[in-house]
Amino acid sequence: MFARSAWLVLRKDLTVEVRSLEIALTTLFFAVSAVMVFAFALVREGRPPEDGAAGILWIAIAFAGTLALGRTFERERQSETLRALMLAPVPRPAIYVGKLLGIIVLLLGAELALLPLVAFLFQAPLFAHPFWLAAILIGGTTGFAAVGTLFAAMLVRARSRDVLLPVLLYPITVPVIIAGVRATAALLQPELDVAMVRFWLALLVSFDVVFVTLALWTFEPLMTD
Amino acid sequence: MSLDFETLSVEDVSRHFGRRRALSRVSFQVQRGSVLGLLGPNGAGKSTMLGILGTLQRATSGRVRYGSHEAGSHSATLRAAIGVLGHDLFLYPELTARENLAFFAALGGVPDPGGAAATSLERAGLADRGDDQVGSFSRGMRQRVALERALIHSPRLVLLDEPFTGLDDASTGVLVSRLRGLRDEGAIVILATHDLDLAEGLLDHAVFLRDGRVVESLARPDALRARYRALMTRSV
Repeated sequence: MFARSAWLVLRKDLTVEVRSLEIALTTLFFAVSAVMVFAFALVREGRPPEDGAAGILWIAIAFAGTLALGRTFERERQSETLRALMLAPVPRPAIYVGKLLGIIVLLLGAELALLPLVAFLFQAPLFAHPFWLAAILIGGTTGFAAVGTLFAAMLVRARSRDVLLPVLLYPITVPVIIAGVRATAALLQPELDVAMVRFWLALLVSFDVVFVTLALWTFEPLMTD
Repeated sequence: MSLDFETLSVEDVSRHFGRRRALSRVSFQVQRGSVLGLLGPNGAGKSTMLGILGTLQRATSGRVRYGSHEAGSHSATLRAAIGVLGHDLFLYPELTARENLAFFAALGGVPDPGGAAATSLERAGLADRGDDQVGSFSRGMRQRVALERALIHSPRLVLLDEPFTGLDDASTGVLVSRLRGLRDEGAIVILATHDLDLAEGLLDHAVFLRDGRVVESLARPDALRARYRALMTRSV
């Protein structure tokens, strides 16, 4: 029941997005623009700043993620469909999981497009260790989206939601962003320090477990007025 | 699986938003197979009452009993017995009418969501438009789809918030006859509306709300407009 409900919400979100491409295109455009601006500002005579690629990749993910979160729930607000989801006779945390998975899929799609751009503009060997890179991106994106989905759902009827979302989201997800940056930077060293990558990845997974558990626990009471 | 109940009882329900009292000690009872109207001006507390009955909001005090059950301990199974048609239509404009109905049928635990969606489209008179996106529909067509969405899981309790807004005469007639059909099938229908002319003859009970308080409660109400005017202009 729980998994089926989450799947139904995920499938609905992806169908709506495939029809409109609204969030995918705006998120991607915003992320690519951010990376381009950083590239023009920081790359001098073809020499990028040391370890700059990791930070810029995660800044782009965080900013684009905030945009995607806001738009995803704005869509649910326009026809008050979030209320319809809350009225459905399914466990409300399943609705949260479905929305969370939809945002993760969207962000991972944007990251797939960002990676080659960052690798090219900052001459970063991002694809040297694809398994580790995938694990770090999935771990970081999940932690960021877990908190963001909860806050975006909570704020959906707040008048100043566009201001409040980043104000609440960034301070709490700073540990995730830092762990993501450090883990990605460790991947980009000439000699791969597996212990370091494992340490930051373990930290990311710990954040994910804590954030997802807290969100599942608090979603229903927070969403009941 | 949904809970079943014969009676809905609202007992001394109050709801405060900070210092503002949206509802103050509201009580009424309604049996299955009847239509109750919540009547009152804007800000009277009608939508708040529907939100509490639909388990979307909590009462600050008092209780709502669905038969012998209360909302807190049976939330998901209780929601399976409730259908809500809000002022907003709760439909995804990017999805087709069929996809919207099948999605909510599946969430509602209907065994054959595709079949239920097809039946609902027939009932709404929109079988030939079922594969068009809802965003391309007129207000009346969307309202018909939204009503079927609210009823697709055969709820015992049907909550409707201003369901006649923006409907032409034909769509209004379809809605009124559908509500009468629901009453005959044994549903409890609660209707918040300003439209007293349409409510006249449809309601088995009327609860007049003003500033969050019940100012009068009537069985088999008639001459609604005159009574409404008298109650709402009376000083309290």
